[in-house]
Formats: sequence, C-alpha cells, structure tokens
Amino acid sequence: MTETHGTVSAAPAVRPTRRATYEARVRRRSTTVAALSTAAVLLAVVVLVPMAPGWEAVKRSFFDAEVFARTFPGLLNAFLLDIAIFAWCAPLIALTGLAIALCRDVRSPALFPLRMFGAVYTDIFRGLPVILVVYLIGFGIPGLGLPRPWNSPYIWGSLALILVYSAYVAEVIRSGIDSIHQSQRSAAASLGLSEADTMRYVVLPQALRNVMPANMNLLIALQKDVALLSFIGPVEIFRQAGVYKSLMANFTPYVGAALIFLAITIPATRYADYLLNRQRRRQR
Amino acid sequence: MTGKLSLRGVRKSFGDTEVIRGIDLDVGEGEMVCLIGASGSGKSTLLRCINLLEPVDDGTIRLDGVDIAEPGLDPRPVRRRIGIVFQSYNLFPHMTAAENAMLAPRRVHGRDRAALMGPVTALFRRFGLADRMDHYPDQLSGGQQQRVAIIRALAMEPEIMLFDEITSALDPELVGEVLDVLRQLHRDGMTMILATHEMGFARELADKVCFLDGGVILEQGPPSSLFSAPSQQRTRAFLSRVL
Ligand SMILES: Nc1ncnc2c1ncn2[C@@H]1O[C@H](COP(=O)(O)OP(=O)(O)OP(=O)(O)O)[C@@H](O)[C@H]1O
Ligand SMILES: [Mg+2]
Repeated sequence: MTETHGTVSAAPAVRPTRRATYEARVRRRSTTVAALSTAAVLLAVVVLVPMAPGWEAVKRSFFDAEVFARTFPGLLNAFLLDIAIFAWCAPLIALTGLAIALCRDVRSPALFPLRMFGAVYTDIFRGLPVILVVYLIGFGIPGLGLPRPWNSPYIWGSLALILVYSAYVAEVIRSGIDSIHQSQRSAAASLGLSEADTMRYVVLPQALRNVMPANMNLLIALQKDVALLSFIGPVEIFRQAGVYKSLMANFTPYVGAALIFLAITIPATRYADYLLNRQRRRQR
Repeated sequence: MTGKLSLRGVRKSFGDTEVIRGIDLDVGEGEMVCLIGASGSGKSTLLRCINLLEPVDDGTIRLDGVDIAEPGLDPRPVRRRIGIVFQSYNLFPHMTAAENAMLAPRRVHGRDRAALMGPVTALFRRFGLADRMDHYPDQLSGGQQQRVAIIRALAMEPEIMLFDEITSALDPELVGEVLDVLRQLHRDGMTMILATHEMGFARELADKVCFLDGGVILEQGPPSSLFSAPSQQRTRAFLSRVL
C-alpha cells in the first residue's frame, strides 16, 4: 500500500489521465481484497490446524526448534555439495543439449546417422524416470570394477543427470529452432550465407532467446533432482537430513532441508516467470 | 551476346502444379525490368528461381553467359552476385540495422567489421538512414526497415538486384521513400528486376515491362507500348483493372 502512495506522490508534475486514475483505483481495490482474503485463510490455518488431534505429535517431530537449530548449519553445509553438483552439471547439460538439438536439425544425407542418434537419444532419456537412470548408471558403471577415481558416484551420478536433462534441453532448443520462421532462413540464404552460418548467426540466437524461460524451468527441476544422487552415495542435503533424522529420531531436519531448497527454487521460479512474461509482452 | 541475364524455357512446379511454365527473358546490363501480373501469376516464384532460392525444374538461366540453373550447382556463389529484397523485409530482429548489413559481407566475403564500417555507413547515409544504424528492426518504421533490407542486400555488392513487391506491405505515405531508393539505384546503373503493383512507377522508370499470366510472359515490351497499346486481350483486361 505504501508503495502505491509513493509512486503516486513521486510524480505529481504530470496530471494522471482518466484511464490512469481509473486503473489506480481498480488496482487499489484488488490489492485490498487480496490482502483481506489472504488474512482470512492464514487465520483459519493458524486456528484450525492446532485443533487437529495429532497436532502435538506432529509439532514435536517436524517442528522442533532445538533440533532445527542444531541441524540447520550442517544441512546448509551439505547443500553446498548440491550446489557444486548443479554447478558442474548445468553447463555440460547446456552444451550436450545444444549438440543433440543440432544433430536433430542436420539436413545432409551423409549425416543421417547423427540425426537418428539425436532422435533415439531424446526418446530414450525422456522416456525413463530420472531415478532409474541414476540407479542404472550410478551403480552399473562403477560395478564394472573401475580403478579408483573412476568408480566415484559423483562422476556417474552426474553423468546420469546430464544424460537425462540434456535430452529435455535438446527438445526445448529444437522447438525454439522450429519456431523461427522459414523466411529468416530464406533471407540468410539469399545473402549467400552457408547453412552453418545461418544456424549460428540467424536462427540460434533467436531460438535460444525464445526458449530461455523454458530452460530456466529445467534448471530449477535439475536443482531439485540433484537430491536423487543421495541414493547412490554422495552425502548431499537430503541424505544429510536422513542421517540427522536417524540420529535424533526427529523429522525436523527434513523441514530444514525443504526450506533451504525453497530459498533457492522460489526466487528462481519467480525469475523464470518474469522472463516469460517479459517475452510475451515483447511479442505482442 | 544476350545481355547480363538471360532465361530460356524456365519451368518450375510445386508438386503437380506447374507455376512457371516456360519463361524466356533477357535483361541487359543496367536495365530495369518490371514484372506485372495478377496475384498467383508466378512473379515471386520467378524471382526466387533466378536467385536459386527455388531450384528450377527445366530450362537455362545464363548469368554473363554461364548457366546457373544447372542442377547440382552450388547456389551460394550465385546468390552473392544476385541480391533479393522481399515484401516482408525479413530483417534479422536480434541485430541492429548495421549488423544486419554487415553479417553477410563478414561471413561470406570474410571482411572485418572495421573495414566494413566505411562502405556500410556510406550506404546508410546515401539512403537517409545514417542516424538509424544502431536501431533494432522493431524500432524502425516499415519504410525504414525496407530500406535497411535493401542496404543489406547492396552491402554484398551484387551485380543484379531482385525486388519482390517491396512496397506492398507499406503505408502509402512510406512507399515514396522506398521508390526513391530504386530511382537512385537505376540512375547508378544497377541491373534490376522488380515484381510490382506500382504501375505508375513501372511506366516512369522501366526499360521493359513483362506481363505474367499463368506462369508465362504473355506480353513484354517498353512501358510506352505495353501500357498504352497492349496487344493481348488478357493484358488489356488486367491493366483496366489496376490502372
Ligand atoms: N512453396 C510453394 N509451394 C506450393 N505452391 C506454391 C509455393 N510458392 C508459390 N506457390 C504457388 O505458385 C503460384 C504462384 O505464386 P507466386 O507467389 O509466384 O505468385 P505471385 O505472382 O508472386 O503472386 P502475388 O502477386 O500474390 O505475390 C501460386 O498459385 C502459389 O500458390
Ligand atoms: Mg508474390
């Protein structure tokens, strides 16, 4: 509310148009309605939930302040591993996804096998649950009895994520490439540009910009799926929360872990939405 | 010697429909040839065939005496010599006007940005767009965008320019500025082929006017004779509709 007043008084020099006045009034009214209904819902939750018969037990095992305080720093520390895995997977996924998308777009008959590879690759890795790929690759390949650094679950777990996510990214990029009108390629060809240059300088820059929001959403999903690697060894935040849970016979560490995830994913989701909206506005 | 560009028996089908059905056409150095005809008569297709954006099915297209319609020939060296401008501009929206003009010379002729700055700036100045070089296409009016598209084609220093109804997407008051560009090019001796609905313009400047009907040139000649004394009934009917 103070914000609206602020902007109104900040520009007193220009007299608001009739339309602006009307829209400001509508905005004020909808803000008030939204605030009231939110307050009502919150009140209901705060009053009603504690009246449930099992509330005391749930509160003890999920919302124990002392357990929370003791485990939170350790969870944060474990989350650094999630971030590290994410940080080395994301660029590799972007590169692999782009390469697969380009494979699927090649026209030359000599490169047909590449095209087929791209199609088979995306079909397979989009068709499997992530956890299954993590298990198969994360347990399967080290099971070959590879020597010391090469049996690490970090390597093979990351590979599983890269394989699956690059298949999704490839599909997103390909849809972006398809969305660029044929007349852009025609214009480039008419200037004597090669197919490769047309792709690199004309089609891809536009395609990647168009699919930026979709790729942001995939990155957010990846951040969450890093937790799946806990099943094959790495003690990241989800696994660490499990350790604390057994140690203290209390579920509060899971709530802590959830809060940490949300602290990252909510702003990221908001940002992706913002990108999407900005793009819609631009295309109008 | 038949001139700069010479078409003989050019044919083109899309699926089962033959759209260009045997076209003979000669264009001399520095000439302006206008293609007129009803919608669907094949004007755009003919232009796209000349610039090899569409492969020709049959016939020959000689550029300086060399057949460029030969199946299997690499079209790219030809496209560098023949520029085309489309009705819908087709500028690259993610690049500024200057970048649009410099992309092909950089990638195809291997020139660097610094070396191109001079000639490209000269082109923008010549067509009254010196202050719009750093604008993106969506910050330009239709007429300005179309002039940038012409500059982009000219930056490749083509020997022939093809124009496909480049004023028909423009508001009437913007048509003049684009036609001025064509007048200037004609004065400078550029060889040009125009598909156009601007009959007044064709009458004023064309060296030769061709009336296309159902994929053939039904009648061709200097504008003075074709417009005032068409020999074919169909030409007369078309002209009475558009004039
Ligand atoms: N890519 C294509 N595939 C199939 N048919 C096509 C294609 N391009 C053009 N045609 C057909 O070829 C015919 C000639 O089209 P063209 O665009 O050359 O006509 P035009 O004389 O330029 O017409 P306009 O004045 O409307 O631009 C039309 O019947 C059109 O439907
Ligand atoms: Mg046309």
